[in-house]
Amino acid sequence: MVDIINAVTLLTNYVLLPGMTYGSHLGLGALGITLVYGILRFSNFAHGDTMAFGTMMTILLTWGLQALGISIYPLPTAILVIPIGVVIASVVVLGFDKFVYAHFRQINAPSVMFVIASVGIMFVLQGLIRLIIGPENQSFADGARFIFTAREFKEYFGLSEGLSIKVSQLMSLGVTTILVASLFWFLYNTTTGKSLRAYSDNRDLAQLSGINPDRVVILTWVIATALATIAGVLYGLDKSFKPSVYFQLLLPIFAAAIVGGLGNPLGAFVGGFVVAFSEIAITYAYKRFLAYLLPEGMEPTTLVQLLGTEYKFAVSFLILVIVLLIKPSGIFAGKTA
Amino acid sequence: MRKIYTLTIAGILALGVQVKAEDVKIGLLLSYTGPIEELVAPMADGAEFAAMEVSDSGIFLGGKTVTAVRGDATCVDAGAATAAAERLVTVDKVSAIMGADCSGVTGAVLQNVALPNGIVMISPASTSPGFTTVEDDGLFFRTAPSDARQGQLMAEIITERGYGSAAVTFINNDYGKGLSDSFAASFADLGGEITINAPHEVGKGDYSAEVAALAAAGGDVMVVAGYIGEGGKTIVRGSLDAGSFDTFVFPDGMYGDGLLEDFGNELDGSFGQAPGTDSDGLATFAELVAPSGLNGEGPFIGESYDATALILLAMQAAGSSESKLLKEKVMDVANAPGEEIYPGELAKGLEILAKGGEIDYVGASSVELIEPGESAGNYREFEVQDGAWVTVSFR
Repeated sequence: MVDIINAVTLLTNYVLLPGMTYGSHLGLGALGITLVYGILRFSNFAHGDTMAFGTMMTILLTWGLQALGISIYPLPTAILVIPIGVVIASVVVLGFDKFVYAHFRQINAPSVMFVIASVGIMFVLQGLIRLIIGPENQSFADGARFIFTAREFKEYFGLSEGLSIKVSQLMSLGVTTILVASLFWFLYNTTTGKSLRAYSDNRDLAQLSGINPDRVVILTWVIATALATIAGVLYGLDKSFKPSVYFQLLLPIFAAAIVGGLGNPLGAFVGGFVVAFSEIAITYAYKRFLAYLLPEGMEPTTLVQLLGTEYKFAVSFLILVIVLLIKPSGIFAGKTA
Repeated sequence: MRKIYTLTIAGILALGVQVKAEDVKIGLLLSYTGPIEELVAPMADGAEFAAMEVSDSGIFLGGKTVTAVRGDATCVDAGAATAAAERLVTVDKVSAIMGADCSGVTGAVLQNVALPNGIVMISPASTSPGFTTVEDDGLFFRTAPSDARQGQLMAEIITERGYGSAAVTFINNDYGKGLSDSFAASFADLGGEITINAPHEVGKGDYSAEVAALAAAGGDVMVVAGYIGEGGKTIVRGSLDAGSFDTFVFPDGMYGDGLLEDFGNELDGSFGQAPGTDSDGLATFAELVAPSGLNGEGPFIGESYDATALILLAMQAAGSSESKLLKEKVMDVANAPGEEIYPGELAKGLEILAKGGEIDYVGASSVELIEPGESAGNYREFEVQDGAWVTVSFR
C-alpha cells in the first residue's frame, strides 16, 4: 500500500503538478488566441509579446510597491497590481487596433493581411519591451515560495517520496479555474457575451440585429489582453520573466489552440493541457514509478523513458499533426477560415 | 563645374587614403544580445581596453590607431552572426576579428566569412572540442581552452569530492554537446556512473520534462552544462523545488552572478570550474582595469583582452594589418622564446617587435597557445559558499 502511495506521490510531484501548472498557463494563452481568431478572424502572432508586455507592466508596478514596502505575504505582491497591468496593456493593444487593425477592417482586407500586420506589431512590442525593461531575466516573485516542501512532506507522512507544492502552482491552478469559469459564464449567460458569440458566428447578421461591432472588437481585445497578461504573470511567478521566452511560448500556445479547435474556447483550454502533458508524460523516465508498483525482482533496469527529452517538442507537434489528419477542425470542432 | 567635380573626387580619395594610413580596424564579434548577454558587455570592454592601450602607445605599425567595431553574434543565431561578420569584413573593412563567443556561431562565422575572406579570428570564449580539428587555413585561434580539457577536469573534481554518480543535462548545441561528451568519457574512465545524459533546448518555456527525467534517473550530483539564462537556471530551480538534487556541478557557462541571484543559500556546496588563472598577469590586469569599473577577474574578460592584444601584437610583428601576414605571427608572439609581456605592457611589446625582437605574451590568462592555435587551459575550481562564488583552487 505504501508503495502505491509512494508511486502516486512521485508521479504527482514530477508529472501531474508541473503538467497542470504549465497546462493552465498555455490554456489561458490559447484562450486569448482562439477568441481573437473566432471573433476578429485572424491568428494573432503578437499574442506572446502581448503576454510579455502586460507582464512587464505588472513587474514594474510590483517593483514600485516593493519599494514602498507594501506586500501581502504569503501571496506575491504582483497579484495586487495585475488589474493595473491589464488596463495599461489593454490601452496599448487598443491603440494598435485603432491605428493598424481598424484600417484593415475598414478596407475589408483578407485575413492574411491581419496576420502579417500582427507580425509587425509583434516586432514593435518586442522592441518596446527591450527598451523599457531590457532583454535580461527578471524575477519578481516574492511572498512564500512553498505551501510545503518535498522534505517536509516526506517527514510528515513518513514516505520515501516527497511532494512539494509551490504557492505559484496552486495560484496558477486556482486563478485559471476561476477565470475560465467566469469567462464561460460570461460568454453563455450574459447579453454581451452572447453578442460576442453572435458576431463570431455571423458578422453581418449580428450587425443587422443591432450589435455594435466596435464594442465587440474592443471587448474582444480587452478580454484577450487580460487573459494574456494574467497568464504571463502566473507563468513569470512560477518560472521567471524573460522576453525571449515569452515569444517562444507562442508556439505551444498556438499548438494548444489548434489541437483544441481554433475559435473554440473550451477546445483551447483543453488543448493547453494536452500539449503540456504530452511534453512531460512521454519523456518521463518511469523507472522509479514502476519499481514501486512491480513485485520485487521485476524492477526495470533501464530508465523506461519512451522518448528522450530532446524530442519533447516533436511530441506536441506530432499530436498536432495527428489531430489535424483525423479531425482537421480540432478535437472540439473549431472554425475553419 | 568640371573643377568642382575633380576637386570632389580628389577630396574623397584623399579622405580614403587618410583613413587607411592611420586607422586599423578590428571587429569585436560578440553576443551582445542572446543567452550570454550578461557575460558579454564586460568582455567587450576588456577587448577595447587592449585596443586603447595599443592606440595610445603611438608606435603601433608606425603610429596608427586602432578602432574596434562591434558586431552582434547573438550566440544562437548562426545566420545573424554570419551577417554581422560579413558586415564587419565588407562594409567596415576590419583587418581581423576578435570573436565570436558561443561555439556554434563561431563555427558558422569561421566557415562562411573568415575562410572565404581570409580573415583571422581569435575567439576568447569558444570552447567546443570541435575547433581542435576544424579545417581553418591557419586563420582560427582561441585564448580559451577546449572543453575536452574541461570535461576531463570536471570528472576529476567530482571524483575527488567523493561522488560516484552524476545526472547530466546539457544544452543542445556545440558547446553543451562537446562538453558533456568529453565529461561522460572521462567520468566513465574514472569509474563514475552517468545515470542520464539529457539534453535541453535553448530558451524554451518549460523544463518540467527535463527536471522530471533527471530526477527519475537520480544520482549524487547534477551536472548542468548549459547557460544561465537559457534553461540552466530554470532546471536548477525546478530540481531544488522538487527536492530531487541538492548538489549541482557548474561548468563555465553557468558561472556568473546571474545564477546566484534569488537562490540565497540554497546552492551552498555546489561547485564547478571555469577557465581562469592565478597568475600575476590576472592580478595585474584586474588592477589595470579597476579604475574603469571593470572586474578583471570576471569570466572571459582577461581572455578577451588577450585575444585583442594577440591580434594587434601579431600585426606589429608582421609589420602589416593584413590577415594573411599576421596569421603566421600569432603563435610566435604568444609563446616563448622572448620577453614576457604582461597586461599594461603592450607598448613595451610593440617596441620590442618594432625593433625586430621576440616576445612571449603572457597577458591576463597566462596565454600559452598549443597547436593548432588554442589555449592549453588554466582553470579555477570554485564552490558556492554563503550564496557567493568562492575560488577554491587553480588547476
